[in-house]
Amino acid sequence: MDWTIFFVVASFGTYIGIALWARAGSTNDFYVAGHDVHPMINGMATAADWMSAASFLSMAGLIASLGYGGSVYLMGWTGGYVLLALLLAPFLREFGKFTVPDFVGDRYYSTAARVIAVICALFVSFTYIAGQMSGVGIAFSRFLGVDFNTGILVGMGIVFVYAVLGGMKGVTYTQVAQYCVLIFAYTVPAIFISMMITGNPVPQLGFISNVRGEDVSMLENLNQVVTELGFIEYTSTNKSWIDVFAITGALMFGTAGLPHVIIRFFTVSSASAARVSAGWALVFIALLYTVAPAVGAFARYNIIDTVNETTYIETDDYAVAAEGITSDGGTPVPEWFKNWERTGLVGFEDMNGDGLMQIRGPNAPDGLANEVTINNDISVLASPEIAQLPEWVIGLMVAGGLAAALSTAAGLLMVISSAISHDLCRRTLFKGMSDKTELRIARVAAAGAVAAAGLMGMNTAKLAFVAQVVAFAFGLAAASLFPIIFLGIFWKRMNKEGAIASMAFGLISTFSYIYYFKFVDTDPSHWFLGVSPEGIGFVFMFFSAIIGIVVSLLTAPPPQEIQDLVEDIRVPGTRTRHGSVDEDMGPMDDHTPTPAE
Amino acid sequence: MSNEPTKVDAKGYWSATVKLTISLLVIWFAVSYGAGVLLRDVLDNVSIGGAPLGFWFAQQGAIYVFVALIFYYCFAMNKIERKYGVKG
Repeated sequence: MDWTIFFVVASFGTYIGIALWARAGSTNDFYVAGHDVHPMINGMATAADWMSAASFLSMAGLIASLGYGGSVYLMGWTGGYVLLALLLAPFLREFGKFTVPDFVGDRYYSTAARVIAVICALFVSFTYIAGQMSGVGIAFSRFLGVDFNTGILVGMGIVFVYAVLGGMKGVTYTQVAQYCVLIFAYTVPAIFISMMITGNPVPQLGFISNVRGEDVSMLENLNQVVTELGFIEYTSTNKSWIDVFAITGALMFGTAGLPHVIIRFFTVSSASAARVSAGWALVFIALLYTVAPAVGAFARYNIIDTVNETTYIETDDYAVAAEGITSDGGTPVPEWFKNWERTGLVGFEDMNGDGLMQIRGPNAPDGLANEVTINNDISVLASPEIAQLPEWVIGLMVAGGLAAALSTAAGLLMVISSAISHDLCRRTLFKGMSDKTELRIARVAAAGAVAAAGLMGMNTAKLAFVAQVVAFAFGLAAASLFPIIFLGIFWKRMNKEGAIASMAFGLISTFSYIYYFKFVDTDPSHWFLGVSPEGIGFVFMFFSAIIGIVVSLLTAPPPQEIQDLVEDIRVPGTRTRHGSVDEDMGPMDDHTPTPAE
Repeated sequence: MSNEPTKVDAKGYWSATVKLTISLLVIWFAVSYGAGVLLRDVLDNVSIGGAPLGFWFAQQGAIYVFVALIFYYCFAMNKIERKYGVKG
């Protein structure tokens, strides 16, 4: 408890300190941190921006329960960066503005397209941010004994300080600090646990090593343990390959199309810096993502090992009861289970009345029913307790989870505030607004978004619900934003009509499909081509691209200056020279970089 | 658009870029969808350390290759930029 408070207070203090140091003075600072962030620093900030409460808290747990099926998250959420680096980031940076709707509005010379892109960006960001806020609430309520909603309020307060004051500049440097906290917090317990199970301190190697002191590999052993209990083998899945393929695709293309990830690449100085920065981002992400499957496998192993066939303790006096059971030659339920039972995330129901806790899969050979429910989300947060690591590790873990949630929330807030103040107000409703006014509106919008996100977080108390909603975010980003940004760069002939048709189709079809199969008809046998709602964005992405191409070919080609613009953004160095005379550039003209910057 | 001091071969630059991009995306596809999903059953007959190879690609290998791909892309793009007189 004391360690937890120490780590949380120390890390929060650091974030606030950085925020005060990096205050934004202009819209250029506020939206893109002055366009001069070092590629490696931006890579680190991008990694923190990207890795959310879901990556930190939920992903390893999902992998633990899905086994091979969890690979979709690992490949999907990293492979997207290859697409980003090769297909989008350098060109969008060369384009040289502030937001994703900015690109869409200019490239497709259309206010309607800009507004649809704003709607997509807002929708994606709001669904995402609610999850971050409820992650903060869970961490606070479990570890600091604070009420869930109070926890969210504290989180809101912190994000408010650095996002509203510092804008992108403040967010960038706090994200760097948050990355350091979260990666340290994730790796330290993983190293301990890897040592305990396999004897190898590197989790990535422990993952493919033998069980310590035995001649059987950890994964093989795990396969054996889970099949004996009636689960499918850890290294296999019961998802169809087509669904695995589609979900991986939706997550990859969705990642590349997520506005809060894309805008991070506007903060570096050039197209080639954007490429390098994407590489660094993936290095920093891979540090966590290659540890996660090891954490997942170890957690599955440890949970079964410590809970299965132990004697349940009903009373509150754990120590006495546990001693009684041990002296009778039994094994008492582990203390971590009793601790987490209070949160409702783990549960036990004695079906056969033998007082023992049986973990069983759907095809248990001994025919017993499963009596233990364990929420996936605890696999990471509880893993130090399960492995009986020292208390400071748990405190570190909590600070890491909060860092992951807050850094992502801040990145999303930047998308929301810039979409409102820049794209909606300055570029659509009140053209010719001054830089000062826009900055003020950006701050008000960020503050409003913090409040809205907090309220949404309070109403989505369970992360499991959030995971469902996140399917919306990726599906929509993949089907509505990715195709038009990609075609806008790689196909000159793509015009306004095509872009609007494509975005509208992607948005409506994906939204309807996910809504219908998540909330109306939940029968998987009715899925289109056997693709789950999580993967459908991938399928509709192709349709939406085809619709965009067909509609473009049937209508007039884009004006010559737009075709020139596309040629310019393809070749680094040309656009920044020509683009500076664009009368709409507004804030960029106000910014006179000092040579020492 | 002709105030560039040196002659930039934008056409050559772009076609070289597209060619590089396509070949890297082929590798990207092969290690993730290929090794990790479509060919998993075949590759799982082989082991890397204590893990079936297809499973390993899906949970580890693909990620390592992705990182390498992006850095190779940066390196190759710098070369292309020098060759066609583009200043990145």
